[in-house]
Amino acid sequence: MATLSVCQQPIGGFSFEYCKRNAVLEFECNKLGHSIPAARKTGTTICGVVFKDGIVLGADTRATEGMIVADKNCSKIHYISPNIYCCGAGTAADTEMTTQIISSNLELHSLSTGRLPRVATANRMLKQMLFRYQGHIGAALVLGGVDCNGPHLYSIYPHGSTDKLPYVTMGSGSLAAMAVFEDRYEQNMEEEDAKRLVRDAIAAGIFNDLGSGSNIDLCVITKGKVDYLRPHDMANKKGVRTGDYKYKRGTTGVLAKAVTKLDLEVVEETVQTMDTS
Amino acid sequence: MAACMSANRSENAFSANDLVPEWAQEEVSTGTTIMAVEFDGGVVIGADSRTTTGAYIANRVTDKLTPIHDHIFCCRPGSAADTQAVADAVTYQLGFHSIELDEPPLVQTAANLFKQMCYRYREELMAGIIVAGWDKRKGGQVYTVPMGGMIVRQPVSVGGSGSSYIYGFMDSNYKPGMTKEECLHFCTQALTLAMERDGSSGGVARLAAITEDGVERRVVLGNQLPKFSNV
Repeated sequence: MATLSVCQQPIGGFSFEYCKRNAVLEFECNKLGHSIPAARKTGTTICGVVFKDGIVLGADTRATEGMIVADKNCSKIHYISPNIYCCGAGTAADTEMTTQIISSNLELHSLSTGRLPRVATANRMLKQMLFRYQGHIGAALVLGGVDCNGPHLYSIYPHGSTDKLPYVTMGSGSLAAMAVFEDRYEQNMEEEDAKRLVRDAIAAGIFNDLGSGSNIDLCVITKGKVDYLRPHDMANKKGVRTGDYKYKRGTTGVLAKAVTKLDLEVVEETVQTMDTS
Repeated sequence: MAACMSANRSENAFSANDLVPEWAQEEVSTGTTIMAVEFDGGVVIGADSRTTTGAYIANRVTDKLTPIHDHIFCCRPGSAADTQAVADAVTYQLGFHSIELDEPPLVQTAANLFKQMCYRYREELMAGIIVAGWDKRKGGQVYTVPMGGMIVRQPVSVGGSGSSYIYGFMDSNYKPGMTKEECLHFCTQALTLAMERDGSSGGVARLAAITEDGVERRVVLGNQLPKFSNV
């Protein structure tokens, strides 16, 4: 099974070079009483739907680090090729790097064949890479695009299994989003209906799941055109403060004023230059 | 079907995170009920359509009957990732072999390819396969390759987590020399009984009849399944 790749040589078997090192580092850290830094995860609600002329992909924009929101407006819809985009849930670094590697390999493949890449090709490349790493790459993806055979939508799990379906959701908020889809999905929807459905599904994830939040990003892919709507809906605008706790000068009346000068002499003077290059 | 735990997985990148529910970290498994029956002139295979990650149904309309050649299909219970990867690899090898021979491959060849892969990687894989098809030499054949990599030819075979519930039904109701329609009916009933009782099986019943003329696929929707009890 030959693959054309630049960033990664497919070596036979599994590569777990860093696992032993990480285990040793973790042990050493714990001995000193610290914990290793937590991986930033995109808690996430991502989803995709096939409509009459193409695909609508949707995602929220919150990235979490443990219980803290690390990024209030991160981009989870990644570019794979001009006609294929991919939403990523799971460990942020894993989804980012995986999609970039496959995007690069797919471009080489596309130049080699002289054709626009197919969604099934991207799916194969992603699933084979994730299976090779046996689930240690924490990337759960929703892959969608339009190619010569029409619109296609795949969900790809971290262990390397894929499902080809008309509507998919992934991430911690996927149950909330799937509830909206199961209720209102129809075949051959119009573009506006599909966008509204995806927007509502992501909103359900945002408002009912702690790991998802902030805004809604959409990506509409049709034959020959891609609409990357970021943000499509700012569902969680930061509120404007209505009052001020500062008191105006003169609120408290001044009865008397006494000024005492302090006698100070310079004992030591040091100059520290700042590197402003 | 419980998610697979092996020594390699103890250093999982996901440490326990309150915000990501437990089922999102489980491996995707086709819980499953699958079966295959030989008849004179071909085989009938059937499967349910449920794929689970822990307690969540990831795909309720899965197609677990995978074509690996024109007249050879396989049924895939176990880990979804493992079985998809093995099936893809065998499809490639079988296609190559068939082009080299310049004639359709034998079902026994396909079954042996599965066996070689399942036996060699028995510690890493969680995949038990039923290979069924038709070829010119021996007609309709069903081969079972359970986890561990054994291979045995049987006239009728069931597999997956739901199979435990229908061994009795299979033993008492299978008669050699059934026609294609009788086999389809037998499969539908068996799948229904298993889907009723096994939590990891459900959805729709997918059937396929493979003969010399080709493959005829059928889907029996949830509300069209035969009813056995009034409870």
